[in-house]
Amino acid sequence: MFAYTIRRLSMLIPVLLGMALIVFSLIHAIPGNPAQILLGQQASPEAVAALTKEMGLDQPLYIQFVEYLKSLVTGDLGDSLRTRSPITEEVWPYLAATIELALFAMVIAVFIGVNAGILSAWFQNSWFDYLLMVAALIGVSMPIFWLGLMEQYIFSIKLDLLPTTGRDNIRDPVTAITHLYLLDTLMQGRFDQFIEVIRHLILPGVALATIPMAIIARITRSSMLEVMRSDYIRTARAKGMGMLKVVYKHSLRNAFIPILTIIGLQMGLLLGGAILTETIFGWPGIGNYIYGAIQFRDYPVIQSGILIVAAIFVCINLIVDLLYAAIDPRIKYR
Amino acid sequence: MVTPVLDVKKLKTSFFTDDGLLTVVNEVSFHINAGEVLGIVGESGCGKSVTSLSVMGLVPALTSKVEGEILYKGENLAQASEKRMRQVRGNEIAMIFQEPMTSLNPLFTIGSQLMEAIRLHNKKLSKKEAKQQAVTMLKKVGLPRADELINEYPHQLSGGMRQRVMIAMAMICNPQILIADEPTTALDVTIQAQILELMKKLNEETDTAILMITHDLGVVAEICQRVVVMYAGKVVEEGTVESIFKKPSHPYTKGLIQSVPDMRQKKERLFSIPGNVPKPGSLPIGCQFAPRCSYAHEKCLKETPYLKALSIEQKVRCWLYEDEKESIV
Ligand SMILES: Nc1ncnc2c1ncn2[C@@H]1O[C@H](COP(=O)(O)OP(=O)(O)OP(=O)(O)O)[C@@H](O)[C@H]1O
Ligand SMILES: [Mg+2]
Repeated sequence: MFAYTIRRLSMLIPVLLGMALIVFSLIHAIPGNPAQILLGQQASPEAVAALTKEMGLDQPLYIQFVEYLKSLVTGDLGDSLRTRSPITEEVWPYLAATIELALFAMVIAVFIGVNAGILSAWFQNSWFDYLLMVAALIGVSMPIFWLGLMEQYIFSIKLDLLPTTGRDNIRDPVTAITHLYLLDTLMQGRFDQFIEVIRHLILPGVALATIPMAIIARITRSSMLEVMRSDYIRTARAKGMGMLKVVYKHSLRNAFIPILTIIGLQMGLLLGGAILTETIFGWPGIGNYIYGAIQFRDYPVIQSGILIVAAIFVCINLIVDLLYAAIDPRIKYR
Repeated sequence: MVTPVLDVKKLKTSFFTDDGLLTVVNEVSFHINAGEVLGIVGESGCGKSVTSLSVMGLVPALTSKVEGEILYKGENLAQASEKRMRQVRGNEIAMIFQEPMTSLNPLFTIGSQLMEAIRLHNKKLSKKEAKQQAVTMLKKVGLPRADELINEYPHQLSGGMRQRVMIAMAMICNPQILIADEPTTALDVTIQAQILELMKKLNEETDTAILMITHDLGVVAEICQRVVVMYAGKVVEEGTVESIFKKPSHPYTKGLIQSVPDMRQKKERLFSIPGNVPKPGSLPIGCQFAPRCSYAHEKCLKETPYLKALSIEQKVRCWLYEDEKESIV
């Protein structure tokens, strides 16, 4: 397991290098002098020349790339043009907000999706199975922004049950420690605030969970159907094991590899692509952060934002690969 | 007279399929005495596996119908609840399968799968005791390095070793009956012989009766005391191994015996019965074997023969013996 982890980690290096190269080229692919673009058309030639020199744009490209890599390695993502503060310091609260929401949504999606898939497989071809699969089909094709707006309309405006926007109650804001509010409130023993944070998570969480939940339910069903037909399941039953244990112990674990793949992919999408949902629910996440940067043409932030999202994708992939190996003993030996 | 541990009476198993109700096992009756080894032989598709799965209550409940009686020590398992069947499976009637490569769960260690089998029926046993028993059992089935094997995964073992593990797992609760569904078919010849040897030894050492399902009369000759010959879901001949080999009566049995490879005789080609087993659902009327039978006469194509006792040791389902008197040897 250890050797496998090291091997997988070392495979990350070229991937990360490639990513940095792409993000680096992005800013240089924009026609014209980036300094000019950054400063706008009205800027004086002196100012442009000064910024060109400051950004090292007069250097050959490969030196610029090496400089860029150097700063990345030291954890320096540059400064935001808008706020003038280092991006590395600025980005974490946004990232934490997104991670918290994505994890919350994924927990809902996995819990409901997997169990629905199991039930569907168990009662294959019954009306219950058909009902669930139709629901899943509707789920995967659901326009999430519409769902979000509907949720707000019903549960906030009409029923007044849950808050529409934000992460916490603005009149009693959470004191941030890690910026993962569920963790922070627990660390401070503020259970009232903990509940409040959960209440804020529910609507965006459910909206985000819908598509992954539907996909997970479908993949679980087909995967379980396949596993339930296998010889070792017959063996388990011939030992005198009850169906519940056969399903949750022997079948689910074998069926989990494809489910895990989907969870990884969807988690990546949730972390990187939830801009719309974050906007609707006023969620101060990384999507909102990048969206704001685009409006202000804050190129360093856009560049770093893309890099961070890509890095998250890669990390999730790594975690999924390690989980494969943890579940399936055959993988380490291949 | 000894009462049998298992007495199957007129077992009839049918499946609900798109083509209607298919009867795959048709009024099959047989019994096994305590400690006995009974063989069930027949070509592929004649319903051997379905018969054994019916006894275990493992045919898919929603798409099948099981009729008749399955008397285990007088208790009718065909009517038993699922809860009762769970107690019976593994503990009183255990089963091993044809495919040792896929019959063990690839994600759990050998040890955990063995210990699970013990602890399902013996809840009071501690993990440590269960582990101890598992190691002992692995040694008993002739596996080397039992202490290490317990922490290994199925993919690290060869087919023969896996089948030994399966046998260990089946025998660990000391069942009254072991159903072995073609346990050696997927293995190569030398390993086959070793596995049969092992099963023979376990049968002699314990009082476990074995129901040996096979399509190979060689296996029957090796290990069984009595044998039931099945064709297209029916019993066509039944008797002691001795009587069947000495005086095979049903043309199908004769064909099967002829097709056993014999090392002493150098034949050009191995004999095989012409034609194929009819599919359930498209069974011919009359005797089901008639279309492939070289002795078939007019009656065979019209009327279904009954199972007739030729002696106390032998019964046959064939019109050729219609006039023969029941001779008691
Ligand atoms: N679940 C099922 N639904 C419908 N038909 C089935 C089902 N299981 C088995 N059958 C049919 O029952 C017949 C007998 O199958 P069975 O597996 O008992 O044969 P077998 O004698 O064990 O053959 P083999 O030597 O190949 O194992 C086959 O024609 C098969 O198609
Ligand atoms: Mg079979």
